[in-house]
Amino acid sequence: MKEKVIGILEDLTGSQEIADNLDINLYDEGLLDSMATVQLLLELQSQCGVDVPVSEFERSEWDTPNKIIAKVESM
Amino acid sequence: MINLQPYENPMYFIYLFVALLPIIIAMLYGKKLHWYQTIISFVFLVLAFGGVKWHEGIALIAYIIFEMVLIGAYFYYRQKVNQTWVFCSAVVLAIIPLIIVKVTPAVYGHPSLIGFLGISYLTFKAVQMIMEIRDGAIKEFDPWLTLQFLLFFPTISSGPIDRYRRFKGDYERKPDPQKYLQLLDKGVWYIFLGFLYKFVLAYIFGTLLLPNVGKMALTYGGISWWLVAYMYVYSMDLFFDFAGYSLFAVGISYLMGIETPMNFNRPFCAWNIKEFWNRWHMTLSFWFRDYIYMRLVFFIMKKKLIKNRITIANVGYLTLFLIMGFWHGLTWYYIVYGLYHAVAIILCDVWLRYKKKHRSKIPSNRFTKLLAIFITFNVVCFSFLIFSGFLDTLFFHNIATLK
Repeated sequence: MKEKVIGILEDLTGSQEIADNLDINLYDEGLLDSMATVQLLLELQSQCGVDVPVSEFERSEWDTPNKIIAKVESM
Repeated sequence: MINLQPYENPMYFIYLFVALLPIIIAMLYGKKLHWYQTIISFVFLVLAFGGVKWHEGIALIAYIIFEMVLIGAYFYYRQKVNQTWVFCSAVVLAIIPLIIVKVTPAVYGHPSLIGFLGISYLTFKAVQMIMEIRDGAIKEFDPWLTLQFLLFFPTISSGPIDRYRRFKGDYERKPDPQKYLQLLDKGVWYIFLGFLYKFVLAYIFGTLLLPNVGKMALTYGGISWWLVAYMYVYSMDLFFDFAGYSLFAVGISYLMGIETPMNFNRPFCAWNIKEFWNRWHMTLSFWFRDYIYMRLVFFIMKKKLIKNRITIANVGYLTLFLIMGFWHGLTWYYIVYGLYHAVAIILCDVWLRYKKKHRSKIPSNRFTKLLAIFITFNVVCFSFLIFSGFLDTLFFHNIATLK
């Protein structure tokens, strides 16, 4: 699951450095925006089978790769 | 009967402080006085919506009953079935009173009978609840808490727009005296900063400077240096007035143990227009981001209505800012203001994509950062000049030059 999430994030951000720094703040660094967030939710749905409604998406809880992985694994 | 508008004058703060004192003391002992807080809220609502404003009070009561019934009915429906058309109807019904209030003055030239101070902000809260009920994020319908949330008096007239689940957490949590002390400290600081913003700086810009600069700009007519001055003075007034008000609302919420989110975060230090909207009237822009932009983009992508990602983002921006423009009111300058910001954000995205591709060739240093802030500041101030409606007066209703 971890590899899958990292793969999705690398595709979305176009950055190969995600795997090197799993605590990078994706929003502060300008790697993700609202648009990419929606793509992330859709990819998580199709590739990992987790359904995250937009309401459940609280930015501060999803702003680093590690946090996203933990969220996905807990679902 | 007396009428007292929120944060209008120093007396309001004195009454408020006296009324809040028991709550503050109880919180410092780790207790909450929910029943007392309800009475205080009721009294301050009566002060704001009673007396000469009694008709607004009636409109508020009718509105609240309507929205409560709607939210409750949708909640019970949603526990059994989840049809899109019912959800859409519920959202439309929730915003109909606001639409009537916004359209009436443009069509009939007088304010609507069902309008009252703060109807927009209550509508944002109600729509938010309906959307989160649909998503299953709100799992129970608590009428009493919903009422407390909608009618939370420190933020009733102009926000900041809180979120139901966040508010519920703060409202129900048993206070920790240590943490509350810090909150109290911050709250008092915000209120005093608000005094500086609203009663000193906004007074200087808005009451002392603005009318004179405006008169000069109208006398000269057309495009003049006075018009440029008007743009900056108006922008400063707008910021200090609204940021000051927001600081009061947040500060008072803190005294009551509710951490209402902040509305401004040094917006004039933003280095691009996207960043500006993350710092200006934040609770409104985040509301539009979460409940309009992201949902619309989600819908378009899921249904594969548009393939190109850039087009989807741009359609999203245009929709968001046009709705924001219409929400401000049905006049050409509010709508142009919305369009202007949509175009600015679309261009900003073009630039960001270009920068990403040519990272090595574009210099990035202290000077470029300052330049970016300077450009953003001016783009924003010009948008406020449009927003002010002054151009409408200047070009189409200028008595000084028409004579």
